[in-house]
Amino acid sequence: MSHIFYISAVIAVAATLLVVTRTHTVHALLYLVVSLLAVAMVFFTLGAPLVAALEVIIYAGAVMVLFVFIIMMLNLGRHAVERERAWLAPSAWVGPTILCLVLLAELFYVVALGGGAEAAEAATVGPKEVGQALFGPYVLGVELAGMLLLAGLVGAYHLGRREALGEGAEEGPQ
Amino acid sequence: MTAIPMEHGLALAVALFVLGLVGVLARRNIVFMLMSIEIMLNAAGVAFVVAGARWGAADGQVMFFFILATAAAEVAVGLALVLQLYHRFHTVDADAASKMRG
Repeated sequence: MSHIFYISAVIAVAATLLVVTRTHTVHALLYLVVSLLAVAMVFFTLGAPLVAALEVIIYAGAVMVLFVFIIMMLNLGRHAVERERAWLAPSAWVGPTILCLVLLAELFYVVALGGGAEAAEAATVGPKEVGQALFGPYVLGVELAGMLLLAGLVGAYHLGRREALGEGAEEGPQ
Repeated sequence: MTAIPMEHGLALAVALFVLGLVGVLARRNIVFMLMSIEIMLNAAGVAFVVAGARWGAADGQVMFFFILATAAAEVAVGLALVLQLYHRFHTVDADAASKMRG
């Protein structure tokens, strides 16, 4: 199990290095998704399956989709067709695909080893313990996180709405 | 089935955090800066989960929960700000917004 940890860690660091050094936003985003998937694998090998699933669903899923939306919105209208053609070139997706294939091979290896429960470390902290801790001693923190998310929602809506009102707001006092 | 030493997990967290920090310091594209902030938050989460796994406690994963909620709220507001910046200055260069008014 530990060599899976080390392979995933190397993939995570390599993908993150590539994120920081890319010049193109979409390429960097692909590597960032790979990095987050690798970190999810690391969590799984550390005996934290719930957090691994959340990393995939929320980080690599929801947050990255937000980034993709914004990048697509920023690039609107500027010779979009050539851009899309350039993005579909092999150089854009070969690197992330190779790293993802290594992760996929690890996944198959884990499944072949006998599935999650047996393959993970003996000291697995499952969803049940985490849920009990969340809604036991940490219930105030959960409420605060809910408040924070609500504030984030309102703030994002407010910032996005002022843009929709037009340029007239630019002259007014901020 | 040998356990992974805690130092190695923490080393991974440190490496990811440093990469994110370098990204924030070196890049001027504000989308890249947001991505680097995500990397740094994620690295902090890795450190929490490693520590939680070391003691076999659920607290590390609970902390990762909170980091996840913070990151989600941060990225929503941050991307709205990116849209505002692009709308006003027609660039995603963070230095375009370095001047204050008044």
